[in-house]
Amino acid sequence: MIELRNVTKLYPNGTKGLNQINLTFGEGEFIVIVGLSGAGKSTLLRSINRLHDISEGDILIDGKSITSAKGRQLRLIRRNIGMIFQSFNLVKRSSVLRNVLAGRVGYHSTLRTMTGRFPERDMNLAFEALNRVNIIEKAYSRADELSGGQQQRVAIARVLAQEAKIILADEPVASLDPLTTKQVMDDLKKINLELGITTIVNLHYVDLARQYATRIVGLRGGQVVYDGPVAEATDEIFAEIYGRPIEEDELLGARRA
Amino acid sequence: MNTNKSLPHPKPPSKLKHYLTAAIVILLLWGSSVQTEATMGELIEGFPNMFDLLAEMFPPKWTYFDNIVGAMLETIRMALIGTTIGAILAIPVALLSASNITKSWWLRHPVRFVLNLIRTIPDLLLAAIFVAIVGIGPLPGTMALAVFSLGLIAKLSYEALESIDRGPLEAMTAVGAGSLQRIWYAVIPQIQAHFMSFTLYTFEINVRAAAVLGLVGAGGIGHYYEITLGFLEYDKTCVIILFTLGIVLLIDYSSTKLREKLL
Repeated sequence: MIELRNVTKLYPNGTKGLNQINLTFGEGEFIVIVGLSGAGKSTLLRSINRLHDISEGDILIDGKSITSAKGRQLRLIRRNIGMIFQSFNLVKRSSVLRNVLAGRVGYHSTLRTMTGRFPERDMNLAFEALNRVNIIEKAYSRADELSGGQQQRVAIARVLAQEAKIILADEPVASLDPLTTKQVMDDLKKINLELGITTIVNLHYVDLARQYATRIVGLRGGQVVYDGPVAEATDEIFAEIYGRPIEEDELLGARRA
Repeated sequence: MNTNKSLPHPKPPSKLKHYLTAAIVILLLWGSSVQTEATMGELIEGFPNMFDLLAEMFPPKWTYFDNIVGAMLETIRMALIGTTIGAILAIPVALLSASNITKSWWLRHPVRFVLNLIRTIPDLLLAAIFVAIVGIGPLPGTMALAVFSLGLIAKLSYEALESIDRGPLEAMTAVGAGSLQRIWYAVIPQIQAHFMSFTLYTFEINVRAAAVLGLVGAGGIGHYYEITLGFLEYDKTCVIILFTLGIVLLIDYSSTKLREKLL
């Protein structure tokens, strides 16, 4: 369970990235956060695993405050939260397998991970993860030999190998074409349903949000302007989140046509 | 296209700056030649002397070759060991100098300052200093090359480090990795090939540098330059020059090929 209590993020230049956010995400939910660029989606997501520090408030992960955690304590909380990025963030020159195993380093001592000898169980986890996203045959390829969609699936495999209980995905399909977008979103949904991993995704496309989410959170100017089940998020609600009617480029389907 | 004659062209910027720059450069050149008493006339006068020297160099005394093979191998060994030691020492120094790895200003800038200091000392002077400390032989030469390599490799590496993709670093932070684990998994794989390339490049330079270190008594082939030049045995000097040229070309060529494969 993730609880955000009165979370405010102030940037050094005085702008409020997040303004008094109160949210609770339950186990196994598939939450999609929507909003214009600059609305604070990315800041919100990165606050949850503290890639960004918040200015006020508190964020609790399974009852433990990540805001006040330090050193090893912080790393242990982060170990349970996997993250998927728009630009995949793989080491391009390393093999796919090594990129996936990188998800395991939080479980071992520095010395052990530096020798690169991972225990049998870790190897099994890595291959299992690659199998789940259907790229096990690419295990020994260099990451930059893969297409964008395949690279994002490697990133998903890394999160799976990490045995994360929460997945944060920051615009995971923004640099992918419509077809691979569907594959990656299907993978995320499948993992959410089969493993019960709480998944929070930032999305730009309204129709994708509708198709995959169980719950939608709308952000506007750093504030939550909508929080509810997907069935109740009508076109009018989206128009309110965006501050204007939905435009063509916010629909993936329209772009594909 | 219909050209509009009445369209006023914007005024081009003044060329005055270029003329001034040219004038200053010419002034500097002229001033330097006056101060060093170098004249065109002297160059033309001295020209025949060069041919005399060349004539004395040929034919090269090939039998001298056997005497210098050992010294040449020593030169290469000095370069090899010096580069290796320098490269190993350069790793922590480069990591400490890179602003995206070492966030602390108080740690980064003193290290960079020392690094810049090292690079301002010419390798021949370094060798002379080490000769004064540990005595004549290949050891001071190797030490000088190690320090020189450290300066060069660390500088090139930290600049490469600062331009790495920071995405994987962010991903490793999110995974819950410690700082050494982040470097090991997100930084090293990105920099490895560059580092190898810099090291090979430094090795090329070191072979050339090691060839003259003998002039200050720091071992290697340079010592034989001094002897043969001193006894005016230019036919022997010629063998050394040709041998050095051959070795340097060979090492440069293979190292360049290797570096192409790496990147």
